[in-house]
Amino acid sequence: MPVATLTEIAVKKQIRIALRNCGVINPEKIEDYIGRDGYFALGMVLSEMTPENAIGVIKDSGIRGRGGAGFPTGLKWEFASKSKSDQKYVVCNADEGDPGAFMDRSILEGDPHTVLEAMALCGYCIGANTGYIYIRAEYPLAIERLKTAISQAREFGFLGKSIFGSEFEFDIHLKYGAGAFVCGEETALIHSMEGLRGEPSLKPPFPAESGYLGKPTNVNNVETYANIPVIFLKGAEWFSGIGTEKSKGTKVFALAGKVNNVGLVEVPMGITLREVIFEIGGGIKDGKSFKAVQTGGPSGGCLTEKHLDTPIDYENLIACGSMMGSGGMIVMDEDDCMVSIAKFFLDFTVEESCGKCSPCRIGNKRLYELLDRICTGKGEMPDLDRLRNLSEVIKDTSLCGLGQSSPNPVLSTLNNFYHEYVSHVVDKKCQAGVCRDLLEYFIIEDNCVGCTACARACPVGAISGERKEPHLINPDTCIKCGACLEKCKFDAVILR
Amino acid sequence: MDHVKLTIDGRTIEVPAGTTIFKAARELGIDIPILCYMDLKDLNIENKPGGCRICVVEVEGRGNLVSSCSTDVAAGMVVKTNSMRVINARRTVMELILSDHPKDCLSCAKSGNCDLQDMAVKLGIREIPGQEYAEMSTYRLDTSPSIIRELDKCIMCRRCETMCNDFQTVGALYTVNRGFESVVAPAFEMNLEHSPCTYCGQCVAVCPTGALTEVDHTSKVISALNDPTKTVVVQTAPAVRAALGEEFGMEPGTRVTGQMVSALRQLGFDYVFDTDFAADLTIMEEGTELLGRLTRFMEGDEDVKLPILTSCCPGWVNFFEYNYPDMKEIPSTARSPQQMFGSIAKSYFAEKIEVDRKDMVVISIMPCLAKKYECQREEFSVDGNPDVDYSITTREMAHLIKQANLDLAKLDSADFDAPLGESSGAGVIFAATGGVIEAATRTAYEIYTGKVLEKVDFEQLRGMEGIRSAKVDFDGQEINIGIAHGLGNARKLLDEVKAGKSQYHAIEIMACPGGCIGGGGQPLHHGDASILKARARAIYAEDRDKPIRKSHENPYIKKLYEEFLGEPMSEKAHELLHTHYFDKRKKIFQV
Repeated sequence: MPVATLTEIAVKKQIRIALRNCGVINPEKIEDYIGRDGYFALGMVLSEMTPENAIGVIKDSGIRGRGGAGFPTGLKWEFASKSKSDQKYVVCNADEGDPGAFMDRSILEGDPHTVLEAMALCGYCIGANTGYIYIRAEYPLAIERLKTAISQAREFGFLGKSIFGSEFEFDIHLKYGAGAFVCGEETALIHSMEGLRGEPSLKPPFPAESGYLGKPTNVNNVETYANIPVIFLKGAEWFSGIGTEKSKGTKVFALAGKVNNVGLVEVPMGITLREVIFEIGGGIKDGKSFKAVQTGGPSGGCLTEKHLDTPIDYENLIACGSMMGSGGMIVMDEDDCMVSIAKFFLDFTVEESCGKCSPCRIGNKRLYELLDRICTGKGEMPDLDRLRNLSEVIKDTSLCGLGQSSPNPVLSTLNNFYHEYVSHVVDKKCQAGVCRDLLEYFIIEDNCVGCTACARACPVGAISGERKEPHLINPDTCIKCGACLEKCKFDAVILR
Repeated sequence: MDHVKLTIDGRTIEVPAGTTIFKAARELGIDIPILCYMDLKDLNIENKPGGCRICVVEVEGRGNLVSSCSTDVAAGMVVKTNSMRVINARRTVMELILSDHPKDCLSCAKSGNCDLQDMAVKLGIREIPGQEYAEMSTYRLDTSPSIIRELDKCIMCRRCETMCNDFQTVGALYTVNRGFESVVAPAFEMNLEHSPCTYCGQCVAVCPTGALTEVDHTSKVISALNDPTKTVVVQTAPAVRAALGEEFGMEPGTRVTGQMVSALRQLGFDYVFDTDFAADLTIMEEGTELLGRLTRFMEGDEDVKLPILTSCCPGWVNFFEYNYPDMKEIPSTARSPQQMFGSIAKSYFAEKIEVDRKDMVVISIMPCLAKKYECQREEFSVDGNPDVDYSITTREMAHLIKQANLDLAKLDSADFDAPLGESSGAGVIFAATGGVIEAATRTAYEIYTGKVLEKVDFEQLRGMEGIRSAKVDFDGQEINIGIAHGLGNARKLLDEVKAGKSQYHAIEIMACPGGCIGGGGQPLHHGDASILKARARAIYAEDRDKPIRKSHENPYIKKLYEEFLGEPMSEKAHELLHTHYFDKRKKIFQV
């Protein structure tokens, strides 16, 4: 059976590290986690390793931040450990905000202890005794499971004073976010934790020098933490054996869109987009043809056929004009209009810009307006140059990662699907049939039997014609409601 | 300190580590354009959100452009401030900012004095691409007694926020909403009137555009002057004379007292008087109150409230009415000089010239926006007729003078009218931080000790430090004096008082940096805090040149008490020259 084969491939191509326990253990039972070697890494590190050695392991593993930017985790920990302070903090960024991405939620709901263990490990390495999980309030189940896990870990002595009989003490608290996308940016996240407006500030100073309440703070994403205990248990060498030269380990992607198998997949770095989409994903739905894949969340770029065999890693995706982001992967087929797709993502970033810097606050809005003009048939050729210049300037001048990446959907579609823009602007046509304003309803003379059903259904009297004679739609009167198309039993009405 | 060497536009420079690229470039004479950035050096106020992105520069090896105002130099850095990439980016960002800014410059209060307008000129902006279909962010106009918020013109530089929160600790303004709708506003986008705003006007003083401006009363002044049935009396605050010249291109710190009087007379004011007279009067009342409390305290009276706090700054009065309503017994009950003047003008002087107070219009020219609110307070009116009808700022007066085709620099010097135009040097120094308490000390010393003060200048009370303290020897009795300017500094002293830890007998507080010379109604300093120092120097020079330098020696003050008030703190003085305070929270929130 072909379906079974697909499933087999889908499983075979995946390596589950971050998601190793999800769906396998009962997340509300610490015993289940312990049964899968949970807290062994913490015990081992506390009894056998100095913080310097432990950081060395993380550095050697080559793991990079899974939240989007891909900064080497070991280096981040080292910076925080070298900052001198009476108080330091470990923060877990659980403000998952990319639409359609839910790997962090799955980890927190399915394996909360792995995050707690990793945060304690980080605390030991950098010299912090307090951790905070900044989690969006829209994740009630994850919050519930974390609360249960924290109290169990305290009960078992994995959090609290003298953990594993050592002098190390560490505890974890929750902080709730109100669901602002930009609070996934670490400085914005810290401001939000402090009760301030969730907006980024310039780095330096980096949180490792001056973070939460002005103290050295290490911020990592949920997925990053979920890898940490395994790295200690299986060793840096094992971890760095997976992946590519510069990107080690695995990455969880939220595969979505016009693909047969949707959901979370965890794949080794270096796998190609083709493998993910056509093997794990089972190819394009309904036998349609592949058009593009958008990676990296709302501010990632749209890649095409020619990128399908590129091995996925941080550098390659950026070189293609997209990015890893937190692992969103949306597949598009022939029915998708790339201008509309760009507009869709801009709509999101316009909504989620914090408003602090002018290029992001105003520029994204202007990009959206330009795209809207193009989609509604008002675009002109100079608009395309303006789109490009504006996109480049917004990327070049914005204060934080949001604005520095938000024009990616525009730039990548301009680069890879320029002809679609041109046909919107010059021919006033949307080939994918998405942009309503560029379409017209039309009656194929040969198919029309003159039953008058369409004329009777038309709310604005745009259809004329004698009984039993072919009818005609007046495009100037037509409001494009689609009632005629719905009524016609002879496939005479088409959208073109 | 460590120094780092870097290259900017091909030139090498060595600067201390921690210097920003912007400052390093300035050392080389390269002026990188800035918009949101503001550095009031002497006041330790720096606004650098890195938000406008106008000051971006290219740094070799960095992927993106960086904001030079907020990026520190690094050894070996290679910076380009004028590459085509930078110039294009800067222009594009400016076009974006302008695309969301109204184009009604012709009738904008800030036209000709607007940082955004200047930047548009500097960057040679001639068109804004796509303006015809660009949506603009629009907001409700908010008019308070002192300040108008026209936030369609806000460019999110956050300077007002820095002043209101970090410097003043008032907390009336903060950014609300997100993205394109973000704007600086009171909580829940309430009106300023329903916020903790003190009307100090420091937000207006730093706003680069017309988003925050004063309520303009110049047309009302013109109407009054045009009305033959009205006797129009004008009073000018001490700080005005040290700053007005700047509006006419004179160097900061140029004293224009005489020319100002000429201009006002030419404008047609019937009587040109001086608020400094009322400042002398304030000293008589406040000084007597201070001595009264002090004497009772020395005699062991446990009920007496010390320290006594000055009460001539209406921004400060608003601040403690909102933040320390439980301490409203501590400030002096003396009204501010503006209100003392209005009260005396419409009673003593009106009787003298036999004019009904309803036919008299008292205009005050103030460096201040809170004065606009103050003169509208109910308690400062008689049967609905306010003691001071309109309070206009130094800036508004400059507009009036210019409208009358008068060039201040070319006017002859003239003297104030009698009797409410005579003042001592003590009245003049009310304009600068520490001045009120110095004036009070000059008088209180002589009354308390019965001796003549040898040295009138109390240098220890002067300066620009935010919080200062000094001891004055009252013939063996040491008096501890505290001084704060800026409400954030005031809060520190107030918290000490509240905690019972204050060591002071008397505290002077001014809401604005530098005192009234740095008021929200003064000519705009455009971020140059050295202007405030120049104004302070002018004030102390004016004091030095006065023949009379102690309030109680002002002959017209003596005459006022003889003819009308009796003695300081008399029943009549209480009625006309003193006030009481409210819990402003109750008033605002109607609880």
